[in-house]
Amino acid sequence: MMTSFLFRTLDARAGIFIGLMLAAIILVPALNLLVPEGSTFHVPTYAVTLMGKYLTYALLALSVDLVWGYCGILSLGHGAFFALGGYAMGMYLMRQIGTRGVYGDPILPDFMVFLNWKELPWYWYGFDMFPFAALIVLLAPGILAFVFGWFAFRSRVTGVYLSIITQALTYALLLAFFRNDMGFGGNNGLTDFKDILGFDIQAGTTRAGLFAASGLALVVCFLICRAVTRSKLGKVLVAVRDAESRTRFLGYRVEHYKLFVWTLSAMMAGIAGALYVPQVGIINPGEFAPANSIEVVIWVAVGGRGTLVGAVLGAILVNFSKTWFTAALPEIWLFALGGLFVVVTLFLPKGLLGLMDKGWSALRRRPAKDTAAHGAEPQPAE
Amino acid sequence: MTRQSSLLYLDGVSVSFDGFKALNELSLVIAPGEMRAIIGPNGAGKTTMMDVITGKTKPDSGEVYFNGVVDLTGEDEASIAELGIGRKFQKPTVFESHTVWDNLELALKAPRGPFSTLFHIISGGEKTRIEELLALIRLSDKRNELAANLSHGQKQWLEIGMLLAQDPKLLLVDEPAAGMTDAETMETAELLKDIARTHSVVVVEHDMHFIRALGVKVTCLAEGSVLAEGSLDHVSANERVVEVYLGR
Repeated sequence: MMTSFLFRTLDARAGIFIGLMLAAIILVPALNLLVPEGSTFHVPTYAVTLMGKYLTYALLALSVDLVWGYCGILSLGHGAFFALGGYAMGMYLMRQIGTRGVYGDPILPDFMVFLNWKELPWYWYGFDMFPFAALIVLLAPGILAFVFGWFAFRSRVTGVYLSIITQALTYALLLAFFRNDMGFGGNNGLTDFKDILGFDIQAGTTRAGLFAASGLALVVCFLICRAVTRSKLGKVLVAVRDAESRTRFLGYRVEHYKLFVWTLSAMMAGIAGALYVPQVGIINPGEFAPANSIEVVIWVAVGGRGTLVGAVLGAILVNFSKTWFTAALPEIWLFALGGLFVVVTLFLPKGLLGLMDKGWSALRRRPAKDTAAHGAEPQPAE
Repeated sequence: MTRQSSLLYLDGVSVSFDGFKALNELSLVIAPGEMRAIIGPNGAGKTTMMDVITGKTKPDSGEVYFNGVVDLTGEDEASIAELGIGRKFQKPTVFESHTVWDNLELALKAPRGPFSTLFHIISGGEKTRIEELLALIRLSDKRNELAANLSHGQKQWLEIGMLLAQDPKLLLVDEPAAGMTDAETMETAELLKDIARTHSVVVVEHDMHFIRALGVKVTCLAEGSVLAEGSLDHVSANERVVEVYLGR
């Protein structure tokens, strides 16, 4: 039943996307590991890690698109859920260091020894076990989103007010995680990771594996998002986006729908964060910065909101340009990003994907016109 | 009529916004199966009355009962809709980015929880019902059209179709003929009379031809309370009604 639920609504575009993703998951690691280094087809390890990072950003963008594009909840705080997932993974990776840390303490991470802590705080228990950490990757953002959403949606906080309190949420977490006594490494965060699931985190094979895992997570979450948005529940979400009070008068409990999709989205953002951290090798409070969350919204807007594939496309394209710009013309990048957002808002309300759709239907309409000109059945005026 | 035998029972309902009394000791009783037309000048409290019945606005005082026993003042919009009160808004409100078919499917009586809709697969019975409704509101050939592309009159009809899809016991219909041509207005009156055979209906309308075509008991509101009640001829003969509303 689950598989038919996931696959019942695949169309051409989704099929192409999944095909490309699966090809990348197989090809990129293969070209990295199997092709000798001197060859033109060799993909260097740093590029694998970079692309892996883009895929985790794409997953984050996907989660924002689910709530913003389909339910009209403009979250400016999804970076918080991403960072929480990242911290959960970071805590696992810290506990894996063991005696290889600078201070060589078998239990306490370096920063705790440095701060003269005598024993592990209770909330660090269990993070030496991967399944527990993986569970927290989902639960920490999920529970926070549930509690936050429960109060916000029940009090009918909507629109710009909701966006502002999501900003406040991520900013409050930023300040909290900066404090040393929180026990999450303060300003420096968590870093200096050694291995993950017993594999050396620096090794090329591990990097390739993390890339593949990120790609797979993206495909699975894409299928889930797609099944959700194409179900009757998805239609209710769009109804809420377009006419919230009308939906209430039809008997739907709007707050329950918002809470469901909000929590689901936060958990996806958490997974993205958890895959991001081992690839970049650090998680610190900077990930909670409000500007990060706003940038995600730009990715989604550029790609085309309410399209899922567009969110992924936007995240990858904008981050690729960011990598290129910050290396080639570092002082221009922020202007380029701002300009991009202005251009998209003014001229491409449906993003790049909307533009592609337009071009495609224009191409298809032309031959239809030709047949009409050659005496085919007259079309009724619309 | 007593509260127990009524379908909708409003007694002494008052609502004020910043000191302005939108409803002032309003009392109104609708019998099961009845169709009632509500008229009155702008600001008479017609829409506020609908808001109170459907849970959008809480009254400051007074009683609102449905089916004789359910106190509506303690319920919210969604549960009142589930109890069987459907509402059509003054400005046609349909889901513009959904197709006509999807609009009806969303309105169709079915479990309303997120998990039942997540795994919902449309049944043959539901399809038949949507087909029937499409035929009734004359949008069968527009089923795959986005609601945004419908004409004003078609949106009004679609919203009436959505009301029927909910299968409510009581329909509250706010200005169904607004913005319609004369022919469409008369067709809408026929449609509502048809609906009234199997449902209780409260219609708010300004168009006197439309009210006459309905041929039902009329209540005239003014300044938040009932000014006159009875047949259209009886109400339009009332001097106060002529003075505040008809102006002739």
